[in-house]
Amino acid sequence: MSEQLKDTRDITVTVNGKSYQEAVETRLHLADFLRLQLKLTGTHLGCEHGVCGACTILVDGEAVRSCLMLAVQANGREVTTIEGLADGEELSPIQEAFSEHHALQCGFCTSGMIMSLTAFIEENPGADEAAIREAISGNICRCTGYQSIVAAGVAVAAKQAGGS
Amino acid sequence: MGMRYFGTSVQRQEDKKFLMGQGRYVDDIEFVGMLHGAFLRADIAHAKINGIDTSAAREIPGVHAVYTLDDLGDPYPNKPMTTAYASPLLKQTICQHLLAKDEVCFVGQTVALVVAESRHIAEDALSRIVVDYEPLPAVADCRNALDADAPATHLGLDSNLVGNFYGKFGDIDAAFAEASHTFKVDFHEHRGGGHATECRNIIANYDAGKDETTVYLTTQAPFLIRRLMARYFEEDESKIRVICPDVGGGFGPKNGPYAEEFVLAIVSKQLQRPVKWIEDRRENFVATNQQGDQMWHMEIACEDDGKILGARGRVIHDMGAYVPYGLLLPATSVFPLPGPYALPALDVTLDAVFTNKTCTSPVRGAGRPNAAYAMERLIETVARGLKLDPADVRRRNFVRKDQFPYTTGGTLPSGDPAVYDSGDFHSLLDMALENAGYEDFKERQAAARQEGRYLGMGISSCIEDTGFGPYEGVKVKVQPSGKVLLQTGAASQGQGHQTVFSQIVAEELGVDIDSIVYQSADTGTVPHGVATAGSRVTANAGPASQAAARLVRKKALKLAAEVLEIDEDDLEIEDGIVRATAQSGRNVNISLGDLSFKLTPLMNGKVPDGFEPELEATSFTSSTGVPHASGSSVAEVEVDVETGEVKLVNYVIAHDCGKMINPMLVDGQIIGGVVHGIGNALFERMVYDENAQPMSMNYGEYLLPIATEMPPFEVLHQETPSPHNELGVKGAGEGGTIPAANAIIAAIENALEPFGVVVNDHPVDPQRICELLDEAQARSGAA
Repeated sequence: MSEQLKDTRDITVTVNGKSYQEAVETRLHLADFLRLQLKLTGTHLGCEHGVCGACTILVDGEAVRSCLMLAVQANGREVTTIEGLADGEELSPIQEAFSEHHALQCGFCTSGMIMSLTAFIEENPGADEAAIREAISGNICRCTGYQSIVAAGVAVAAKQAGGS
Repeated sequence: MGMRYFGTSVQRQEDKKFLMGQGRYVDDIEFVGMLHGAFLRADIAHAKINGIDTSAAREIPGVHAVYTLDDLGDPYPNKPMTTAYASPLLKQTICQHLLAKDEVCFVGQTVALVVAESRHIAEDALSRIVVDYEPLPAVADCRNALDADAPATHLGLDSNLVGNFYGKFGDIDAAFAEASHTFKVDFHEHRGGGHATECRNIIANYDAGKDETTVYLTTQAPFLIRRLMARYFEEDESKIRVICPDVGGGFGPKNGPYAEEFVLAIVSKQLQRPVKWIEDRRENFVATNQQGDQMWHMEIACEDDGKILGARGRVIHDMGAYVPYGLLLPATSVFPLPGPYALPALDVTLDAVFTNKTCTSPVRGAGRPNAAYAMERLIETVARGLKLDPADVRRRNFVRKDQFPYTTGGTLPSGDPAVYDSGDFHSLLDMALENAGYEDFKERQAAARQEGRYLGMGISSCIEDTGFGPYEGVKVKVQPSGKVLLQTGAASQGQGHQTVFSQIVAEELGVDIDSIVYQSADTGTVPHGVATAGSRVTANAGPASQAAARLVRKKALKLAAEVLEIDEDDLEIEDGIVRATAQSGRNVNISLGDLSFKLTPLMNGKVPDGFEPELEATSFTSSTGVPHASGSSVAEVEVDVETGEVKLVNYVIAHDCGKMINPMLVDGQIIGGVVHGIGNALFERMVYDENAQPMSMNYGEYLLPIATEMPPFEVLHQETPSPHNELGVKGAGEGGTIPAANAIIAAIENALEPFGVVVNDHPVDPQRICELLDEAQARSGAA
């Protein structure tokens, strides 16, 4: 049993534009792979049963919960994490809006919130408040009460719609 | 100098690292040679342990050690933990051993620890440990804990009573004898866990060379934990260093102490390796303190117009299996009972009882939301009984503006009399009602009922005793670079301490906020502190920040006057430069950095005569009394009488936390707090079966508030400065949570008034609302 669990596979995965070739344990989930093996600790684990959304990342542009996906399933795919959003020191529009609207307190759910909204607003520029609320309904925040996060999302969605 | 920072919604200094994924939480920290622990926990609520076999677990490759209590070695098998808050009112202060000794008393109790190369291997090994349990009867419901036939929650107990807490003042017998009306009401209050998105995490790192243990910990109270550890280990405090890196939410349960941090410190020393333990969410549901249940049986005496003469009753309070936190929850459930009301007499006795459930300690607001709910229930009961407007009943009973400082007649847990310092409860209620559209609500409600829609509006008013002492230390130091080091013992879990204390220091000292370097919550480097709890930090570290900055300013001006050969009164400080004022007619200046350099010369230098080295000061200035925040909330709901669904339509809160340092951050605290209260009213229920087995151990079964369920929030402010500190500030962390449950429950009752539904218990879910509607229908059918 123990030996089987230690079974490893080689994978090739692109994370934030950089290609990695890594041997991974088959039982390792993607979040642990990012955190433990690639040392990208910006992705957080809040529940490890796919409900809280803190570990949300983008895989081929789609928001996924990295605690519910195995590292081996990322083979050949393109992953974006919170560390990949800013351009150097220049924050992405959603990152900027989070600070302007005080959409974060402890910061623990923030990475997942931002990744969920990044994917959603990319697909739905101009999304209204109800749609933004729905988009983050799978992300739990215990600090803010959501109103400021929704406001940040709405502001960015409106700007994206105006800009495109 | 203008007021550039104080009172301004400055964007947070903390944000950027979190936005970029560069926050550094305990689980993000690694050390060479670090090992990983996993705890075996009791999976039965009450049992005798006849034996533990760890031999198979030890054989798994990668396992370094397996510990039972005996394996920890002397003196631990005979050294249970002690309560953090001893009290003469405690009759049975039973605290747990670091790992279970010969009995487990709740599901989740620590039984054994595996230390391995990785968390994965440690968990593999846990499944190989065999514990021989002999099941014992358990108490799951606090309401039955004192029954004559109740099982003993711990082997050998004659009674499950932990202790009593009392709230008594005035002539209660006269109040009830003279009353035109008396009403009785019973209600059950349940508050679940803190559910910070980051669970509890620890790294213990023993340095043999220094014989010193550093503990990286998700605590709200680094200095408290260090002291408790030092006492328990009979070590000098300098041998234990507690550091809080970024912490992902606190909300009370992260205050500690917990067995796990003690165990890790012992094991790191024994193995001479850094050891990490990361709590997973399933563990968090049983291993981290929660708040539990209270059953209230209350009676109120009043006059025809709703003026209250007195309240009396009895409360049964669920303590869980041990007493890590003394009677802090019972105390905070009882002493704040009068709330914003001038209550002439009170007589309440609380029975704190053991159950075989997870230990309890404060969750956002501690017992205050319970007390506020109790008092607001009494107000609702009076209004219903006398067919009065609940707003009018509140107005008739509020402490008036001209009565401050107002002595309630009750006492604080410290033994001091409870005195409300300042406020204007009438205007707060009026603000909230006006913005909620209370005046024309009855028309909207009637029109909606015509369409078969049931709208309801509920009010809740509260006070919050904030800022309890004795202090939080703050050190301010100008460095030769011109950067200003700001250090405080207060630990942050997201409140924005760095920003607000930087605002105060920048303002007082005359520097740009971006020149401030912030350090906190490391017992090895910062001034002494207490804890981030009870909305206390701003009202303690705030005044200390101001006082420390003022001392540094004074020292800088004195030195600059000598260096520039000018009178101190002719100097001002702006953007870190001490310069002659325009009126002085001189044109000279020197930077704070250069002054710091003059005070910290190296080998060939000399400290200027009459000065101590370093341009720095430390202050423990705190509030001189208890600053009382206050608020009134109005919730509007729509209830679907077919499904029992409650839709939150609108929520207005008028709040007074004195002078606001950063209004944007205050709003963040309040709205977040209200949402926690909404969770308590509608969603969050920790379910146990009759054997005290927890039945809600994931977020599919235990519901937290989510974005789509929340109403729009409107936060209104009134700023009545507290006289207890020069800044005029009061705490703001829990004023949203405290009143929320009654606003929601009263709104549901108001919506369902045509059916005669009274909810009383919380949380209330759609199923219960349907049951209440059925019960009401049966009653009216029978009548």
